[in-house]
Amino acid sequence: MSDSATATVGHDHHEASFISTYVFSTDHKMIAKQFFWFALVMMILGGGLALMFRWQLAWPETSVWGFGWLSDENEFMPTGIIGPDIYNMMITMHATIMVFFVIMPMFSGAFSNFLIPLMIGARDMAFPFLNMLSFWVAALAGVIMLAGFFVEGGHAAAGWTAYAPLSIKEEFTGVGAGQTLWALSIFVLTISGLMGSVNYITTVINMRTKGMTWFRMPTTVWALFVVAILSLLALPILGAAGVLLIFDRVFETAFFDPQKGGQPLLWQHLFWYFGHPEVYILILPAMGVTSDILSVFSRKPIFGYRAMVYAIIAIAFIGWAVWGHHMFQSGMNPRLGQAFMTTTMLIAIPSAIKTFNWLGTLWKGSIQFTVPMLHALAFVSMFVIGGLSGIFMASNTVDIFIHDTYFIVAHIHYVLFGGSIFGLFAGVTFWFPKMFGRMMNDSLGRVHFWITFIGFNIIFFPMHILGIGGHMRRIYNPMQYDFLKDFEPFNVAITLGALMLGMGQIIFAMNIFGSLWKLNFNWFRTAARVVSSYLSAFIAYKFVAFYLEGLTNPTPASFGGRMFAGIIGLAVFVWIYRYLSKKMGEIGETAPQNPWKANTLEWVAPVIPPHGNFGPTLPVVHRGPYEYSLPGEEDDWAPQTKPLSEEAASASH
Amino acid sequence: MSQSIAEEKSRRREGGFLPPSTVEPPGNGGEPSRPQMPSGGEPIIGNVQLAMMVVIMAEVMFFSGLIGAFLVFRFGGQPWPPPFQPRLPVGITSVNTLFLMVSSYTFIQAQRGLKQDNQAKLSTYLTLTGALGFLFLTIQGYEWIQLLNFGLRISSGTYASTFYTIIGAHAVHVFFAVIWLGMVLIRARRGHFSAQNQNGVIACSMYWHLVTGLWPILFFLVYLM
Repeated sequence: MSDSATATVGHDHHEASFISTYVFSTDHKMIAKQFFWFALVMMILGGGLALMFRWQLAWPETSVWGFGWLSDENEFMPTGIIGPDIYNMMITMHATIMVFFVIMPMFSGAFSNFLIPLMIGARDMAFPFLNMLSFWVAALAGVIMLAGFFVEGGHAAAGWTAYAPLSIKEEFTGVGAGQTLWALSIFVLTISGLMGSVNYITTVINMRTKGMTWFRMPTTVWALFVVAILSLLALPILGAAGVLLIFDRVFETAFFDPQKGGQPLLWQHLFWYFGHPEVYILILPAMGVTSDILSVFSRKPIFGYRAMVYAIIAIAFIGWAVWGHHMFQSGMNPRLGQAFMTTTMLIAIPSAIKTFNWLGTLWKGSIQFTVPMLHALAFVSMFVIGGLSGIFMASNTVDIFIHDTYFIVAHIHYVLFGGSIFGLFAGVTFWFPKMFGRMMNDSLGRVHFWITFIGFNIIFFPMHILGIGGHMRRIYNPMQYDFLKDFEPFNVAITLGALMLGMGQIIFAMNIFGSLWKLNFNWFRTAARVVSSYLSAFIAYKFVAFYLEGLTNPTPASFGGRMFAGIIGLAVFVWIYRYLSKKMGEIGETAPQNPWKANTLEWVAPVIPPHGNFGPTLPVVHRGPYEYSLPGEEDDWAPQTKPLSEEAASASH
Repeated sequence: MSQSIAEEKSRRREGGFLPPSTVEPPGNGGEPSRPQMPSGGEPIIGNVQLAMMVVIMAEVMFFSGLIGAFLVFRFGGQPWPPPFQPRLPVGITSVNTLFLMVSSYTFIQAQRGLKQDNQAKLSTYLTLTGALGFLFLTIQGYEWIQLLNFGLRISSGTYASTFYTIIGAHAVHVFFAVIWLGMVLIRARRGHFSAQNQNGVIACSMYWHLVTGLWPILFFLVYLM
């Protein structure tokens, strides 16, 4: 791991074995791909859990669709019905997996690994071996986390926040080893995060290529760098809390157990002292990615580049002083609550700077509505809604009313799904050509985007209304409460939306694998067309039939209603099928070197960057990352490696 | 068709092209043997030292989490130390503290030896450092056995819980530091280090100083305060 060893990585040209190429690779791009697949596989699991507990909320205590064949002696779901304990486990694991094993590995693992060296013009990470270790430690954490599903008593069921004393005593949740494995897995994951952060910070500080000054770095790299610092400082706190939790469970220590003089609130302080920087670990990379993509597809320099960078830094550092806003209702001194309310509101300032700068970037741009751009625009608009609902909860008086209701569920999903996941889709569709050397199919991407976007809003917008109406978060069966019975149609609509969103991801999977393996065969093209149109038609049918019932009754619509809905569904089927027949180009089209005509350094590298990324020489950077539509230039883009013309150079001096 | 596949394969293997740069690549063919800064100079801090500083920041955050938990209980209104529980042995631990402090000094001496390319001095002082670290662990282990015999169990309340957790976390760090030091010592004996190549020793020394530097703080908080 000496300096010289890292710099000469690019010279290795010997044939590598399968294991050293794909499994224990030290190449940052392969490690990025490993994190990428890891996160996507975990996403299927996390999303599947969400669909299952959504079923319980819409049609309580009925057999989950597709699981009715289970016998009534089944341990987990007798006759396919989700019991209260399994329900708690599912909501806990949905959040845990999505936060720690999807968004974090995707941004801090896949994107950081793939983009940092390519975007700053480095051959690899500073410590390639440590980088490899970081993935395999994360994979170990994943295995430990998955093992929790198979132990006696089931997996952790105390919520993803694992509030003590709920999480420390087996009697409270009925969970034995599952909760301990949960804490152990989180602890192992913090070690992986630490290894990653060490690499990212060192690489960004020390290994930028010639001319790549701090303020010529793309905002994506800035965001990933700041996130690495946040992870570095926040994850050890979670690690410490995890150790204390494990000790409380295994060695019966007295940290969080009030019967022994322990302090349950200590857990909340430790957890949220980590937890608030954590939400910025999840959202800042999406912000950076979005800034880049908006600039590329508006063909305009990003509005206020330095302000954007300072806003990222400001968000990251104010983020350390706001953790108490998660604990307004935990018996905190109101004066302290006031202080936390003020700091929380302060975060709105840099967030607003970013939002207005995104709008400023779009203003009068020649906007190209490509698939990454659609996702980036969805990010901006959904993040605004999530940010505004955040202000409600930041106010500690309003929070008394909406604390622990569906309002917070709506808020967190508007920022983490509407924010991070749309940023993730934007990034994946944008950099897929660089990662795998093939374009993703455009029209399939559009169908996937609209299903996701509409489904997302059908799921999470009504949750604001549920929350204001007093629908508690994490309850097993809302129908047990009289005042929640009127909300049944909302819950059904949300679950239908969730099914729609979940099935829509089939199109995404078809697009990814189809493009990756170049499945440009007639049968696959037809299958993609049929699946996309069928899903769209099915969704249209379901919602029309549902709406015709006057949003009151989840039973099937009348015959006339079903006929009408069927006609609408058929029309949608024909529409989408014809759209795909006309527009669907080649699947798995070979990517050109710079498909989006973007400026940043990764597009200067070969189509599929070899080991060592760049050719015989490293690129030299002459200009900032966002020089689009320069006056007096022929092209509307100027790669960072393009030397300044003589006049421009003399003018700038 | 077959030709296009061959082209595709070679394109993937060889990569595309780099747009020509009009600027002369820096240094030895644009391939700096050491990290190169955007300004063209060398970085102020080498990769290894920088990475170790980053690791130390993370370790400090880990211990501040544990110390924060300790302070909550220490000033949480409980009688401290609680009645009818054994007291911590301050005397023997003070001596132990001294051993650890001296080990920091011997490590500095080892590094001085390396700077003078004095391999014998390096090995001698590294051995001494490792021995002191091992001594520290042994004395602490003995102390723990005594405390356990006196009935201070990790489960007997917040006092014992915080003591065993914080001091144990530090002991684990010392343990790994000693193992790391042993690996560095083996490499030093094989002559892997020189005045020009100090990175391995520097990284280990930074970690060692972190571990020894944490101890007086923990000693003051847990034993004396």
